[in-house]
Amino acid sequence: MHLETDVLVIGAGGAGMYAALEASKAGASVILADRSLIGRGGATVMAQMTVAAALGEQTPDSWEYHLSDTLAAGRGLCDERLAAMLCREGPMRIREMDAWKVGWARNGDHIAQIHAPGHDRPRCVYVDVLATGPAVSRTLRTQLNLASHIRRIGDLAIVDIVVRDGIACGAVAVHLATGEPVTIAAKSVIIATGGLTRLYRRNSASFNMGGDGYALALRAGAELIDMEFVQFFPIGHLAPRLVGMDPIMWDPFRYKLGGKLLNSEMHEFEDDYAAQDARSDGNYVLTRDRATYAITKEVELGRGSPAGGAYLSFKHVPDAELRRSFGPVIDKLAANGIDLTKQLIEVAPIAHYHMGGVRVDESMQTGIPGLYACGEAVGGANGANRLSGNAITEAFVFGARAGQCAAKSALQAGAHWSNEAAAPALDMLRSGAKHDTPNLAVAVTDLQALMADKVGPFRTEEKLAEAIVEIDRMTGELGAAPPSSGQSFDPELIDWLDLRNMLQVAKAVAVPALARTESRGAHQRDDHPGLDEAWTLNQIISLSGGDISLARGANISKKASA
Amino acid sequence: MKAILEIKRGLPGAEPTVETFEVAFEHGQSILDGLRAVRRETDPTLAFRFACINANACKECMMLIDGKVDYACTVRLKEGVTKLAPLPKKALVRDLVTEIAPPDERLHGKS
Ligand code: FES
Repeated sequence: MHLETDVLVIGAGGAGMYAALEASKAGASVILADRSLIGRGGATVMAQMTVAAALGEQTPDSWEYHLSDTLAAGRGLCDERLAAMLCREGPMRIREMDAWKVGWARNGDHIAQIHAPGHDRPRCVYVDVLATGPAVSRTLRTQLNLASHIRRIGDLAIVDIVVRDGIACGAVAVHLATGEPVTIAAKSVIIATGGLTRLYRRNSASFNMGGDGYALALRAGAELIDMEFVQFFPIGHLAPRLVGMDPIMWDPFRYKLGGKLLNSEMHEFEDDYAAQDARSDGNYVLTRDRATYAITKEVELGRGSPAGGAYLSFKHVPDAELRRSFGPVIDKLAANGIDLTKQLIEVAPIAHYHMGGVRVDESMQTGIPGLYACGEAVGGANGANRLSGNAITEAFVFGARAGQCAAKSALQAGAHWSNEAAAPALDMLRSGAKHDTPNLAVAVTDLQALMADKVGPFRTEEKLAEAIVEIDRMTGELGAAPPSSGQSFDPELIDWLDLRNMLQVAKAVAVPALARTESRGAHQRDDHPGLDEAWTLNQIISLSGGDISLARGANISKKASA
Repeated sequence: MKAILEIKRGLPGAEPTVETFEVAFEHGQSILDGLRAVRRETDPTLAFRFACINANACKECMMLIDGKVDYACTVRLKEGVTKLAPLPKKALVRDLVTEIAPPDERLHGKS
């Protein structure tokens, strides 16, 4: 099947939906494709947390204050143009969402803003109770329904971007529900596929976050930036098994009510690790990276909880106070058999967000004309560490900007599609035949374990070098042709396509992590503790001869002072 | 603990078969956990749909569980037999996967 459109948006989370809306508003025809259902997959719908914007509703504020907090969190590596855009345009998008009746929580007659870690004042909006993500998704889906010229197509997995004479001209996809290959001619293509947290054993994201967009961008000839910076969330839920909740849910609990981190000896260990960090995370003793370090070390020293993390205790909080603060959530916990007044839960660091991503300019365009990126898929705005609350803001702001710019260039461009340029990806899909392969569902789990153990929050030269060897071995084993094709909803084909992307992206993280011989933000090297001024630079990843190649940007601090 | 999953599966137009898989589980694990274990341990060709795994946000994992429409990611595994089948009122895609997208969000439109 062949489709044609002005703008193709890949991924229907917050960023992709916003991009589609703005592109259609600018007069372009749009195809919004998602490998899952529209507005249901991705990370946005799962977010239960807050959204940062300098609205000045709670206390006087300015986007410049938000920017200075964002830059400080980024430890010197932020792309200031992108970070400034996020902070400057955030308030406008938050108010637009408010007008679309997303339901930001109110404090009397104004939008409520809370003070989240790393911010200098109350700045973060939310939808009660822990319902921000679903409310945002619902609101954007409604707007999509009202918009014209947006064709939404679910179950459509993009296999490769098609590039002709160095210009993006569409994509090759496989329709999962039928197994049928699909070509899409598009004058602009926007990558809005989110992050890569599925690469890790424990993560807070959905099945769809295997880094698809990074791999698509690389193979199209675009560059990635800051790929070594994977944000781990220190107190992700570990046990007992909990369903129907975002695994990072304990953060607001801990923030509001306190909450004690205990090891297996019931010792409160946070103070043992308290470091002199000028920017403390608000009410916490430890910043996110120190808390991750503390829990990981306690486990390594044999003082972990049974499931391999730390205990988190709210036993000191009276039932009435728990209910007053989180009533509906307490009911959900009860349905899961959890009573916080009687019981300890277990938490551990989980992969949460990716700071790195596709390198873009201020129009969200990559180095490949016609190819854009937005949302978490973009790298640079958050530097070495993301400020809490910035993820959904960037989804809105970068999504809208990408949609506008992609539409503008599409409306000026002529058709550029070429069947010849699409042939390699189509041939690959058709080359698949039923043959014996190792169980690819196991290979995915193996890769997740490898990344967690060797490319996790605490890294060494030895571990990273081992990881790269193993990734190369698995890549060889995967081979160049899928195991089967042409069938409806073939899970082995999906695993193969996923692994093709995941392995490429895994290497794109491990290689710059090995090169960066310092510790900064989310990248912590046990063998190179401490920040090294000489490393105040971004590392750039591209594909050369089919393999990951690494380049260094200029030193940002020197450039700024020059 | 061991769960026995009795799964009605097949492609559209063909007579469905019922296959039985045994999976070890720990207290609190979901049907979806069990299905993913089946793919790793026994049969990687088993098809089912999910996206959010844990958060019960995507609503993609709906199927017939012991005769009742429910979410595979919220219903717990239990000892003994659990019967799984695709949603009866939706067009079958494969095994436990059915066509659940709204008609105007499909490639082939309102078929
Ligand atoms: S997997 Fe998302 S609701 Fe069940």
